[in-house]
Amino acid sequence: MRAPAARHGPTLLDDERWLGRLLLAPAILYIVLLVGFPFAIGLYYSVSDATVGTRTLHFVGLDNFRLALENATFWQSLRNAVVFTLVSQAFVVVLGKILAMALYRDFRGKWLVRFLILLPWVAPISLGSIGWLWIFDPVYSIINWMARGLGLLAPNAWPIWLGQPDLAMASVIMVNVWRLLPLATVIILGGLCSIPQDIHDAAAMDGAGFWRHLFLINIPLVMPIMLVALLFGIVFTFTDMIVIYVLTRGGPYDTTQVIASLAFFTGIQGGDLAGGAAIALFLFPVLVAVAILFLTLARRAEVT
Amino acid sequence: MATVETRALRKRFDGVAAVDGIDLPVREGEFLVLLGPSGCGKTTLLRMIAGLETPSSGDVLIDGRVVTPLPPRERNMAMVFQSYALYPHLTVADNIAFPLKAHGMRGAEAAERVQRAAAMFSIERLLKRKPRQLSGGERQRVALARAVVREPVVFLLDEPLSNLDAQLRSAARDELQQFQRRLGTTTIYVTHDQIEAMGLGDRIAVLDHGRIHHLGTPREIYADPADTFVATFIGSPPMNLVETDDIITGFRPEQFMPIEALPADEPVRRFTLDVGRVEYLGADRLVYGTLAPPLPPSRVIARLPAGPELPVSTGERHEFAVRERDLRHFDRASGRRVN
Repeated sequence: MRAPAARHGPTLLDDERWLGRLLLAPAILYIVLLVGFPFAIGLYYSVSDATVGTRTLHFVGLDNFRLALENATFWQSLRNAVVFTLVSQAFVVVLGKILAMALYRDFRGKWLVRFLILLPWVAPISLGSIGWLWIFDPVYSIINWMARGLGLLAPNAWPIWLGQPDLAMASVIMVNVWRLLPLATVIILGGLCSIPQDIHDAAAMDGAGFWRHLFLINIPLVMPIMLVALLFGIVFTFTDMIVIYVLTRGGPYDTTQVIASLAFFTGIQGGDLAGGAAIALFLFPVLVAVAILFLTLARRAEVT
Repeated sequence: MATVETRALRKRFDGVAAVDGIDLPVREGEFLVLLGPSGCGKTTLLRMIAGLETPSSGDVLIDGRVVTPLPPRERNMAMVFQSYALYPHLTVADNIAFPLKAHGMRGAEAAERVQRAAAMFSIERLLKRKPRQLSGGERQRVALARAVVREPVVFLLDEPLSNLDAQLRSAARDELQQFQRRLGTTTIYVTHDQIEAMGLGDRIAVLDHGRIHHLGTPREIYADPADTFVATFIGSPPMNLVETDDIITGFRPEQFMPIEALPADEPVRRFTLDVGRVEYLGADRLVYGTLAPPLPPSRVIARLPAGPELPVSTGERHEFAVRERDLRHFDRASGRRVN
């Protein structure tokens, strides 16, 4: 006896081996073309003498890295990047947790508030930053005018938000917090919603007050997911330069210059592609270390 | 130990009354079971007693003192949840110690109390584990240990056995009752399982649609149900109900027997039964049938011993009867029992 021959061979969609490859292909293509290729070019440029105008490249070893390390501005940018990242992330995590807890409760018009909180994330960064540029304007700053109107500002005081070294860093941190807060809030809110209501009820029955409940039950249970939010925040902040580019261009006197913006100004605007590439590559080991650290922590803190 | 009482307690959710004016007095040291189908309001009632839910109106009293506005932590009650609600990031020891720490007890005294509570449920060897490393039965014991450790005046138990498999459940029922008898702590226990309710409760409150239909001992509730809801909700198979004129007559399947099985000198009510189906259940037989005219064609069930005596077979017309004293009568309009 012979089984009747199948009329068609298995189609591509039935073949798990090929279907899997087919479905993975776009992601792999994306990573190779838009991440891997520029990364390889960056590696190549960083050990060459490439400038915007050169047509032939010469191998110069680690000269570009040496030059970067000898440059005081590089060290200042590194320091700024760390301050910018850590301070804004501290605010983002704390405020994100508070907002998430507020949104976790049921109240009228909750969907509207959720939508409004998410808005800074969906609005283009440059657009939002330009709005902040007006808010911080040396002459028309709405903050200053309101403060004066309310009598909070001394008659001779008129802070130039983006022009004074001390205020400039505070201003860009504020904008960055505004920008990253929604994502962190939504991630933490997701974590909060995954805690069963019974756990909260049990803590209430066991006699835990607000703070004990917060620090012994609530925060430990959302910790893994808060670490994920923090990891995203650090990576986004450390590699990003749009906020700084639009608001201060690294000024005044490089007090808001970070690695990413320095690499851009050196490589693209200064024309020294090789130098810019070398500076940008300093981001890489830092971010790899951060990613490994946090994924390890998140796995260890994992519960259930 | 304490008494618990609710007075005209009401809870509305979006205009629908989940608990609709409940007056429930719980005696000191009593094991009281709240029994009802799902959605009857029993869990809402328990949560209001606990303070987890704010009543729309009415009061909760502990030892005669109104506690309605107090948060759960000021009521000195402990609750065991259906899911056990163990803290997943804490060890068993820390889970049990949590209520003590929340009330400011630390150090040697707390450690000793945790040991004692763990010993009570034989879980000393689990103290260092996390909840995810425990079986369902072990989790349930941890939840009970966490509830007793603070020596609360009232235990609230919300279907604590329903996540256990059937074999564990009867053993757990036994343990639960023993430890409650030993501690003598007033206990309110929510379940939809009538076997649990009958087996555990000193008294049972049968709830439906946010109201108490009957509050009484298991024996009272089974033998003299307050209305037709209780009559059909308790007992499996439920009480047979036969409607005639303005009266509903009720009798339990095990009291409904072939006429030849009843002593001749006892006053009985006779029913002629068209036997539809006989189900053999090992120890018992269930006889399903329809009453013959002149009675209305009600479907009734008889539970007979499985032995060879009293042969009843499918399709035959058989004379059945119930002793007069086993008959219960209900008002047809209201469903309430009449004497």
